[in-house]
Amino acid sequence: MHELALAKSIAAIAEAHGRGGRVEKVEVKVGHLRQVSPSALAFGFELVVKGTDLEGAELAIEQVPVRIACRACGDETALVDLPLTCPACGSAKVDIAGGDELLVEAVELAGSPERV
Amino acid sequence: MRVVEGVLDANDTIARANRDDFDAAGVTVVNLMGAPGAGKTALLERTLRELEGIRVGVLEGDVQGSLDADRLASLHVPVTQINTDPGFGGECHLDANMVRSAIPSVPLDELDLLVIENVGNLVCPAEFKVGEHHRVMISSVTEGEDKPVKYPLMFRACELVVVNKIDLLPHLDFDLEKFDYHLDGVHPGVARMRLSARTGEGVDTWREWLARTVAPESLRA
Repeated sequence: MHELALAKSIAAIAEAHGRGGRVEKVEVKVGHLRQVSPSALAFGFELVVKGTDLEGAELAIEQVPVRIACRACGDETALVDLPLTCPACGSAKVDIAGGDELLVEAVELAGSPERV
Repeated sequence: MRVVEGVLDANDTIARANRDDFDAAGVTVVNLMGAPGAGKTALLERTLRELEGIRVGVLEGDVQGSLDADRLASLHVPVTQINTDPGFGGECHLDANMVRSAIPSVPLDELDLLVIENVGNLVCPAEFKVGEHHRVMISSVTEGEDKPVKYPLMFRACELVVVNKIDLLPHLDFDLEKFDYHLDGVHPGVARMRLSARTGEGVDTWREWLARTVAPESLRA
């Protein structure tokens, strides 16, 4: 539901880095805790880039699973589902070690031989 | 080229500018979020006129119309309306820039507390900081006890969860303990309170919480 607004922000960042050139690919990293639907984000991105330098650019979405670090037993685990409790010892005293990212990682411009 | 930029960095920068303005005016800002119909406006109606000695204003976010602002206007507190609809197809949340545009219409000098009533929605408002000091969400018992698990982003984004409409509990299957269990599963130990904006039960606790967020009178400008 918030994907369209996020797509706009992603496009603005990519456009600023593209400096008027054609952008071929935008790489984003999205943690599972962000509740972002990849298909809705891709669809939103397609809509907002129409008629801009980003039109036709690929949006590569890397999804990051949730990882929690348990303060009670020290275990670090990937979670596939809620609740946010340690699968090893059941403690709720956990820190989020991954899965809350929402980043533009890279912007690939047309004509640039390789990624810098 | 490698960029590594937070998708919401631009929003967060504007949110910080808003926060600076609020701080400079000595105004505490609470961002009130929740589903449509959870009772955000009802709770404000119930409490705003009884905050002794605290000058309070409301920034009212809606996709369209000013029904909520009209309801609150009768309380004789300054209400500023933000419509996220620029004519056709509005945003489903407030962002920092919308609030930034509205700040000139808010009489900050005359306020101690500003409540920003966000657009009714359990997803989007959680992502967008607007410059607030406190984030609160209202969840009503008619929404069901599973909501924390379905909308973890929202339940994780707030520091206080207000459970509203407890006067309806005798008529529902809602299990408060199960709700707390689900809530702790996504946001362990988050502060919570139970009340009914309709009957007033438990509302004192909310009023006291609001009053505590505001700087003591001696420190106010």
